[in-house]
Amino acid sequence: MGESLKKEFEATVGADNVMTEPTELFSYSYDSAVLDKSQPDIVVRPEHSEALGKVVKLCNDNGLKLTVRGAGTNLSGGTIPHPGGVVCLTTALNRILEVNEEDLYAVVQPGVVTAKFAAHVASKGLLYPPDPGSQAVSTLGGNVAENAGGLRALKYGVTKDYVMGVDFFDVNGELIRSGGKTVKCVTGYNLAGLMIASEGTLGVFEKLILKLVPPPASYKSMMAVFNDVMDASRTVAAIIAGQIVPATLELMDNFTIRTVENFRKAGLPVDAAAMLLIEVDGHPAQVEDDAARVEAICKHNKAETVRVAKDDAERNAVWQARRDALPALARVRPTTVLEDATVPRSKIPAMMQALDRIAKKYDLTIGTFGHAGDGNLHPTILTDKRDQDEWRRVEAAIDAIFDEALALGGTLSGEHGIGLAKSNYLKNEYGAGTIAYSRKMKSVLDPKGILNPGKLLGPVLG
Amino acid sequence: MADIKKLVSMLKELDDLLTGCMRCGMCQAQCPIFAETGREADVTRGKLAILSGLADEMLKDPQAVNDHLQRCLLCGTCEANCPSGVKVTDIFFRARAILSGYLGLPPSQRLVFRRLLTNPKLMNALIAFGSKFQGLLAKEADGVIGTSCARFNAPLIADRHFKRLAARSLHAQVPGLDTPAGKSGLRVAFFPGCLTDKVFPEIGLAVLKILKHHGVGVFLPSNQACCGIPALSSGETGAFTSLVRQNLDLFTQGSWDYLITPCATCTATIAELWPKYYGDHLDTIRVQDLASKTMDVSQFLADILKVGPAKGIGEPSKVAYHDPCHLRNTLKITDQPRTIIAASGKYATAELPGGPSCCGSGGSFNIKQYKLSETIGRKKAESIAATKATIAATSCPACMLQLADMLSKTGHSIRVKHVVELYAESLDREQPLEKSR
Ligand SMILES: Cc1cc2nc3c(=O)[nH]c(=O)nc-3n(C[C@H](O)[C@H](O)[C@H](O)COP(=O)(O)OP(=O)(O)OC[C@H]3O[C@@H](n4cnc5c(N)ncnc54)[C@H](O)[C@@H]3O)c2cc1C
Ligand code: SF4
Ligand code: SF4
Repeated sequence: MGESLKKEFEATVGADNVMTEPTELFSYSYDSAVLDKSQPDIVVRPEHSEALGKVVKLCNDNGLKLTVRGAGTNLSGGTIPHPGGVVCLTTALNRILEVNEEDLYAVVQPGVVTAKFAAHVASKGLLYPPDPGSQAVSTLGGNVAENAGGLRALKYGVTKDYVMGVDFFDVNGELIRSGGKTVKCVTGYNLAGLMIASEGTLGVFEKLILKLVPPPASYKSMMAVFNDVMDASRTVAAIIAGQIVPATLELMDNFTIRTVENFRKAGLPVDAAAMLLIEVDGHPAQVEDDAARVEAICKHNKAETVRVAKDDAERNAVWQARRDALPALARVRPTTVLEDATVPRSKIPAMMQALDRIAKKYDLTIGTFGHAGDGNLHPTILTDKRDQDEWRRVEAAIDAIFDEALALGGTLSGEHGIGLAKSNYLKNEYGAGTIAYSRKMKSVLDPKGILNPGKLLGPVLG
Repeated sequence: MADIKKLVSMLKELDDLLTGCMRCGMCQAQCPIFAETGREADVTRGKLAILSGLADEMLKDPQAVNDHLQRCLLCGTCEANCPSGVKVTDIFFRARAILSGYLGLPPSQRLVFRRLLTNPKLMNALIAFGSKFQGLLAKEADGVIGTSCARFNAPLIADRHFKRLAARSLHAQVPGLDTPAGKSGLRVAFFPGCLTDKVFPEIGLAVLKILKHHGVGVFLPSNQACCGIPALSSGETGAFTSLVRQNLDLFTQGSWDYLITPCATCTATIAELWPKYYGDHLDTIRVQDLASKTMDVSQFLADILKVGPAKGIGEPSKVAYHDPCHLRNTLKITDQPRTIIAASGKYATAELPGGPSCCGSGGSFNIKQYKLSETIGRKKAESIAATKATIAATSCPACMLQLADMLSKTGHSIRVKHVVELYAESLDREQPLEKSR
């Protein structure tokens, strides 16, 4: 990076918001994915959207590779920069511009932290449902760019179901507007839709318009305990087939239960082969009805016990156990590889069986928990990356997990994105034609290939 | 300067601790420094990554790495909430020791640690001398809080609103004590800590009054040395060990049931850090034993003496309680100080909006990174003011200094007290004690 370019960035975002010192650059060489590091040449932190647009243009004019970064919590390497490129932080673009209580939408800058936004909206008696496990730190821009899901996704859907509009900068720093504040809007191409899950490869979000909903009037949580993980898996499929849509339907296997119990001593059933955590919500009468039917289905599928949380304290204890799953597993071994292969919900039993087979075949410890209700499992491989032999087995097991998910009619990623981590597998799911089409589109919108190169579509060609 | 290979091999010993970080980034929600700067190098994950970068020789500038590590309050909030259970403060203490061994401390700092801090008699004499002349340098800033600011341009003081050194330190007022157990049947060793001794002797007097009230015998040896945290956090492990040894020698002379301190930082240091970092490996039994009997004063009062909430007269006044990081994160003590406030019968705890958070003091951080410390502290002051309380109370004299500075600067004339002062005050009202001296 030449001095004069650095000066231009400084003039654009202010000298305090430009980082070029090697130690500081190093701290932007990774994200939450278990992948090799790669360093940028410069990191900039615009404080207002005009500066953000200028940064994009400056990069394009000079052919600099640009990676936008929110909280850097993505699990697919989406923010590991192109070596020598530019990292643009959105952490200073963190203003909630409007919460419209009459029309149930909000307008925000991309760097707003998800949980802060949800809390702000809740203080006005409204609900923003997407609640990724990382919400305490993840940004709304990152959520949209990854189409993040969460615990409530089964009933309420994922981030894409709440995006009404995205204003973004194209590579020339031109502000492109899409979607709007109306519930219905079919003006032009669905560019907002195109931006969702685009992982920073098609444009840089400047502003997001997000849908809000009224919170449910009541809810009921339960914990069903099983002696056989297959019974639990079949219960998931049966609840869905029974046309009940709980807000949340989460699964934890025996290994995860034991690890969590060891960590929190919450009185979990350590002998259980599996546990389902279920919450139904909505109108009080509907909640009663759904809860009774869910309980019946659990019992019918050989649930050992079904416990209904009596009050908020019990409900919180149940959800704390679920939230503890990853933390507790993460303490077992130095490296934690969290996967998110997803299958149609009727295939959950088959996927659970496959995971068991894979763990045995590659002699690995895999704890499985996840959003069983949406078919989205998080098999979590506990390993030590420094053990080369074991790491090779981990890589082989990951391949096997993806193959299995695809064979069952599933997908490579339910919510964590493709990024660098899975770009090589993309053709297995969609085939070469789809990749060629996507690349063609990208090459027109981003002719110099500056926007997060290598992510999603694999190594940049030519 | 020592060989960089040697530095790398020393840092490699941290490898096992460092690989525990799965880089989930959840510490971004916790770190007060990151909340201000939004920079990855300032959050735990970044600091740990930079450290492993140096160990892996991907980074080649130990000074720059050290500079980043210094931007940390060692508040332990990240560690208390880290999903992976990374021993963050342990890593930071060790890394600072390794790096300052390699880089060398500035000579002036080294002199302070090795010659002054480790010599309590000399230090006490110097400070007593200083307290007589400080009036020449300082003028009043806020009469209610009792803060001063610099009369002339003084770089070290900058625009701080500071508490002056006490006219008479605690050790000048109560040089030593060795009293028998009374009706409680218990005897405690009392470690007031430097700030209580030299800036807030009234806290020490309050503790003694309370102990007397409850019939607790006191062992207070003279010439106590500093608990050593300033030396340890600057990487001066030699000076740290010397301080611990001096204190061990003093305190093991008496017989007592618990060692109590009114300083969250001293309590955490003695209970957690002394056994871990005391360099004399042949002396582990003494240090373990002493550490296991160390308690925060309100923990002793609430858990051992069973002091509980008292029925008061009339509407209690609101006291904004600030949880010191070393009590909340390191020792997980949050209920007992609130119990002691309620035990006064006159005060009720007002919780701070937004929940507990670091005040931004962080010991020497306040000196080295005053601007950052101030930004964090001003927010704290505003949240205290928002409770509409008339008193701000806490359990750590270092936090008290910071709160006083920030409340004074932000123009909120809210008195700053230690929780034991509030309780001690109520003892007069309920049943007048026979005058102690
Ligand atoms: C402990 C943990 C739990 C998690 N739980 C979940 C979960 O339950 N559900 C889930 O879906 N994910 C989860 N994740 C993954 C991750 O948190 C999400 O992908 C999240 O949306 C990323 O947000 P971020 O702000 O960290 O984005 P980043 O990681 O910074 O960026 C993600 C992508 O978005 C792009 N981007 C960011 N801002 C912009 C912008 N303004 N314009 C254009 N592109 C942009 C980046 O270039 C990158 O490609 C979890 C991660 C962790 C570590
Ligand atoms: S929360 Fe813990 S494991 Fe996660 S990045 Fe921070 S230090 Fe590492
Ligand atoms: S100890 Fe405190 S200041 Fe230091 S990294 Fe952790 S949270 Fe941040």
